[in-house]
Amino acid sequence: MRSFWSITLATLTKDIRLEWRSKDALNAMLFFSLLVVVIFVFSFDPLAEESRHIVGGLVWVAFLFAAVVALNQTWARELRNQVLDAYRVSPAPANALFLAKALGNFVLVSLLEALMAPLFVIFYNLRVLGPAWQLIPVALLGTWALVVNGTFFAAMSLRTRSRELMLPLLLFPVSIPAVLGMVAGTTNILTGENPAHFYIVLLLTYDVVFTTACLALFETVLQAE
Amino acid sequence: MKRAFPILAVLTAFLLVCALYLAWTAPTDALQGDVYRIIYYHVPSAWTAFLLFFINFLASVQYLASAKPSTQRAAKWIVIAIGIVGFIAPFIPQVRQQLPVGMYPSSVATTALIITALYFLIGRYFPGQDLDVLAVTTAEVGVVFCTIVLITGPIWARPVWGIWWAPGDIRLTSTLVLWLIYVSYLVLRRFSDSAQTQKLAAVLAVFGALDVPLVYFSIWFFRTQHPQPVIGGGGSIDPGMLRVLLINWGAFLCFAFLVCWSRFRLEKLRREVEEAEALESLLEPAGPAAPSSKANVPLGRGSQ
Repeated sequence: MRSFWSITLATLTKDIRLEWRSKDALNAMLFFSLLVVVIFVFSFDPLAEESRHIVGGLVWVAFLFAAVVALNQTWARELRNQVLDAYRVSPAPANALFLAKALGNFVLVSLLEALMAPLFVIFYNLRVLGPAWQLIPVALLGTWALVVNGTFFAAMSLRTRSRELMLPLLLFPVSIPAVLGMVAGTTNILTGENPAHFYIVLLLTYDVVFTTACLALFETVLQAE
Repeated sequence: MKRAFPILAVLTAFLLVCALYLAWTAPTDALQGDVYRIIYYHVPSAWTAFLLFFINFLASVQYLASAKPSTQRAAKWIVIAIGIVGFIAPFIPQVRQQLPVGMYPSSVATTALIITALYFLIGRYFPGQDLDVLAVTTAEVGVVFCTIVLITGPIWARPVWGIWWAPGDIRLTSTLVLWLIYVSYLVLRRFSDSAQTQKLAAVLAVFGALDVPLVYFSIWFFRTQHPQPVIGGGGSIDPGMLRVLLINWGAFLCFAFLVCWSRFRLEKLRREVEEAEALESLLEPAGPAAPSSKANVPLGRGSQ
């Protein structure tokens, strides 16, 4: 039997290669979040000073919705040709599959954020007043918080009717503390009025708690049929 | 057991009427006037809802743990460890200093013991699938009580605070998130059509329970606008009012118990019927050849 990490890596490279060739999820996400940005620009027409206070919320709302697009595709792909059933009966550890899927989504959503962040800067004339480097840990930890629970709940909603609708209904309530941490942390860094350390610690705690929970319970969800 | 139901129903109705009368005749608050009387509904509903959600969490954990004997044993020892640590830790001076003002070590220790006892009592009286029936029952009734809390809160806040809702307030936000999580729990149960709904729902309940402390932590340093808890929270309350509040809580608990009981029976009956129907459809293809097979199907309780 191959080791845990080699299985994770194999699944991860397979997913990324599939995505690279088709670019289904990425294109949909990019266009979707572009639309959200444009709609926000039309709805609010803020001054540079005001925009610093609201843009933290707008950015993360856009990414949250866009991430749902990618997360919904994660497992749907495996349903074709009964790949998931094959995985279920194979001796490979379930958590390897979960980690690979979560990492794949993490790469995808991070890429989206890297591509979309400049657009926010342009549309809202942003200039960061706080320590800008802290945006990186907030973004990475926040993305992982969304993606780890999102991957888990996407697997859970596979077993429900109207699956694509179920994912946000399950994901958003549980994600509230993470979203709050991301939004408040980003706003604090942009305005430079308060330190954002508390929110980085909060996101880190959230990530540790829910990554552990996901790894502990994923096998139950995968085998539930 | 069944005969106790109408007796309890009459008793609950009597208690609720008494509680209503007492709530109207309790001393008027010096600062707020008559508006404050809503706490006799708000606070008992909140306590009842939290208790029900907690029972739901314990039942869900036990349901998940009961899948394998090894996890069941591990969960048992973890709960025992939590009980022992929770009982001893508050009396250690270093930990004692960390407790919020007005929270006594003895009350924390008692709570830890009650949690452990509740876990084992639930396991003892609700074996197997009953755990899941208990979970769905408490979640549904809990959502109803939580809704009452969320409706009566703003009604009180508008005249007293001048606003309907205080965004960022620690208690308000965590109650709202709790309500949202349990609504999504019920939605999952409604939409899931696999035979493993129970397991998925139990997993979601565990996630929700992990989430609530994080919500509480995430708004830690926002100053709360909500009044301090009147019992064990440093607030003070007139003994006359406290008595009325506790009687109201007793009435609400009885009422919640009554509703849970009948919902529990209903859910069990529903599952029995479902099982019987499934069995019947299994036997159906052999129908013409063996017409007597239908008579053997235990179709509910009607014939007994």
